[in-house]
Amino acid sequence: MPDPTFVFAQSLSGLTAAMFLFLIASGLSLIFGVLRVLNFAHGSFYMLGAYAAYQFVQWFGTGPGRFWWAALGAALAVALLGGLVERLLFRHLYAKEELYQLLFTYALVLILSDVAKGIWGTQQLSVSRPPGLAGSLTVFGATLPYYNLFILLLGPTIALAFWFVLHRTRAGRLIRAAALDRETLGVLGVNVKRLYTGVFMAGSFLGGLGGALVTPVKTIVPGMDTEMIVEAFIVVVIGGLGSFWGTFLGALIYGQVLSFGILFIPRFSIFSVFALMAAVLIIRPWGLLGRPLK
Amino acid sequence: MLEVRDLRKSFDGFQAVGGVSLTVPERSISAIIGPNGAGKTTLFNLITGHLRPDSGAVVFKGRDVTGIAPHDLCRLGMGRSFQRTNIFPRLTVFQNIQAAFLSHRGRGWNLLTPVERLYAEETETLLEAVGLLDKAGEVSGFLSHGNQKQLELGIALALEPEILLLDEPTAGMSAAETRESIKLIERLGRERNLTLLFTEHDMEVVFSIAHRITVLHQGKVIADGRPEAVRCDPEVRRVYLGEWH
Amino acid sequence: MITRPPWALLLLIAALFVPALGSRFYTFLANDVVIWALFATSLNLLVGYTGLVSFGHAAYFGIGAYTAGILMKQVGVPFLLAFPAAGLMAAGFAAVFGFFCVRLTRIYFAMLTLAFAQIVWAICFKWNEVTGGEQGMPEIPYPDFAWAERVAAALPFLGSYRTSEYFYFLTLVLVGLCLWILRRIVGSPFGRMLTTIRENPERAEFIGVNVRRYELAAFVLAGAFAGLAGGLFGIFNRGVFPDFAYWTKSAEVLIMTLLGGMGTFFGPALGALVLLWLNQQILSHTQYWPAILGAILIVLLFVFPGGIAGATLALARRLGWRSARA
Repeated sequence: MPDPTFVFAQSLSGLTAAMFLFLIASGLSLIFGVLRVLNFAHGSFYMLGAYAAYQFVQWFGTGPGRFWWAALGAALAVALLGGLVERLLFRHLYAKEELYQLLFTYALVLILSDVAKGIWGTQQLSVSRPPGLAGSLTVFGATLPYYNLFILLLGPTIALAFWFVLHRTRAGRLIRAAALDRETLGVLGVNVKRLYTGVFMAGSFLGGLGGALVTPVKTIVPGMDTEMIVEAFIVVVIGGLGSFWGTFLGALIYGQVLSFGILFIPRFSIFSVFALMAAVLIIRPWGLLGRPLK
Repeated sequence: MLEVRDLRKSFDGFQAVGGVSLTVPERSISAIIGPNGAGKTTLFNLITGHLRPDSGAVVFKGRDVTGIAPHDLCRLGMGRSFQRTNIFPRLTVFQNIQAAFLSHRGRGWNLLTPVERLYAEETETLLEAVGLLDKAGEVSGFLSHGNQKQLELGIALALEPEILLLDEPTAGMSAAETRESIKLIERLGRERNLTLLFTEHDMEVVFSIAHRITVLHQGKVIADGRPEAVRCDPEVRRVYLGEWH
Repeated sequence: MITRPPWALLLLIAALFVPALGSRFYTFLANDVVIWALFATSLNLLVGYTGLVSFGHAAYFGIGAYTAGILMKQVGVPFLLAFPAAGLMAAGFAAVFGFFCVRLTRIYFAMLTLAFAQIVWAICFKWNEVTGGEQGMPEIPYPDFAWAERVAAALPFLGSYRTSEYFYFLTLVLVGLCLWILRRIVGSPFGRMLTTIRENPERAEFIGVNVRRYELAAFVLAGAFAGLAGGLFGIFNRGVFPDFAYWTKSAEVLIMTLLGGMGTFFGPALGALVLLWLNQQILSHTQYWPAILGAILIVLLFVFPGGIAGATLALARRLGWRSARA
């Protein structure tokens, strides 16, 4: 019987991973919910957010507060990139078959990964924790770095902010409406094209922000893009494509299954998350909290 | 031939079909009419197995076929055409009809015979019957709307149905095309001893050929009988508010 | 009546002479192309002919490779048995996975094929005892070519060849046979039923086509031939590795299929040729092949959705060489 402190520590690390995943996957889910496309390049935006944060930290230095500016700057840069891609290229594919849209996002993955390789090379990079949040505390015998605590608190905060925007603001109403019926929305005089660009930028922002914020915790390596997109897919599928609370739930489940999987059946922990994804698709394809597509 | 018993279907609380019953005798031509949203297409979808009813039954040739899969239903002898033209756009006109023959005659699981000339004779005969023989080699997606509707009729007929359900067969046609189309349908129906059940908007069409008319309004039957009787029914007139006289 | 020249047969015969060019590199490349041509054509049965977009086709490629590899290397089974076993094993998995996949549509279908492929990858990656785990299984033995060497000795004009060249000839014959079978299938009533599903599944149902059953059959056939391709590739590659089943491999073969043209039978094979050749050429000048591939893909998607074959046919039609064919 494993030591309860250890179990708790594992659970905490699972939770932290889940909050990162939620942040990143929520962007993917948002884009899918409104644009109905699975953006393979979301993992690439995450990776670029991380690299950009690293770069900004190199330029601005590590003084107090700098990290946060770097992270925000990185997320905005990624959002801008997303907006350009959508506006100039992606929007011309909406009329075509889904396969073309999916392959386009995959083409982006290929290009962006080489762009990153070209600019930053292939060695591992890292960013140190912001000085304000260095150090850690002990909870129930487990060590919890302050930065991780910050992330643990950030997750639900973002979730609530999201909920607020979606349900209490006009923009949010438009987004929910677009997710349900974009044609009618267009007929009602809403500039659907601009809405789509905005949603794509918002989703990319979240992915980039996730990447930026993860840098103090994880080293930046090539391949983090393909690794992340698979994880994000799993989360979004389990929780429900296009459902935002579903993404939250999916991330929690994923985090716990993975960390306890590693604990009890280390060899099959990777297998178990894919098996979970397959099981959800077989039993309830629209996910735990999703709704069947029309 | 076909009997519908108290069919009901709701979508998220909205009752599309609320207890519809009707009987379609053999070799008759029956029509279902009603304003937009009355539930005509939903009713068709319930009969042909595209939707499962919440309650009620569909009886075809004495057999309860409620909710059975469309591909099985069509083997029992029920054919259908669709409101939005439903053909195989990138196949040629010939291939469209031929596919129907291949499936109907049970050759669909043949993995080795080259398919080009199978059932060529039957296909060409049918193409001639619906008036599309000269267009046999054209890609069906590029045909005019009227021609596509003819093709759709051809596909349905290739399956040698006993009853043909036509969902708004003249939708989107000009007056002349409509007349031609209805003449064709009526002739083919007579030649092949078909029972016809169709939904329509065009009152002229309905009254010119239907033996029996059922009027739907908001998912319920409000009148059912011979054309003269329906035409004079006060409830029907109220619903249509003088759309026709 | 002028019959069209049998291009495929002529190409096959031409391909037999590649080793005679004397370059190991060309033989290697040709061998690679031939195997991937089978892999891509098998995927096209699903994507191009039935309209089912699978993101996990590499799973069956991997299963075939591991099956043949394990049988030949660890159990000592001769190639003659291991090769069909690869196809059968892949078909078996395709039947099970496909059963669940075809009950879903579009994006869910794609996601589930991806999930199953990743499951296969995860098992291959971690099951060290059977699959060699992360390291894979290097040194898969070549089939026994003693008989071929005896034939070559008896007929000196044929020349003598290295083992890798014998393997190339074997691959050519086997893939040629597989492609011939696939061609028959696609040109049969079954193949026609698949195209009706691609064009309009709702209408197909209403001409009596049990769509799910046909889709499953297509899935199993596609998986079987992908497995055969995998079996060959494991030997050619001198080793079987977990990344054979990873989703990026599925994306590669999908791109190949698109590049060549999903609307024709030989399009994917052409795509394999062009892509692998380009890959070699560009890698010798720069390491940024993925970016170039991405750019090519984007051009394809926007300008030439029919792929190379599609564009060529359209051009030929424009020049009046062929009548319109669906």
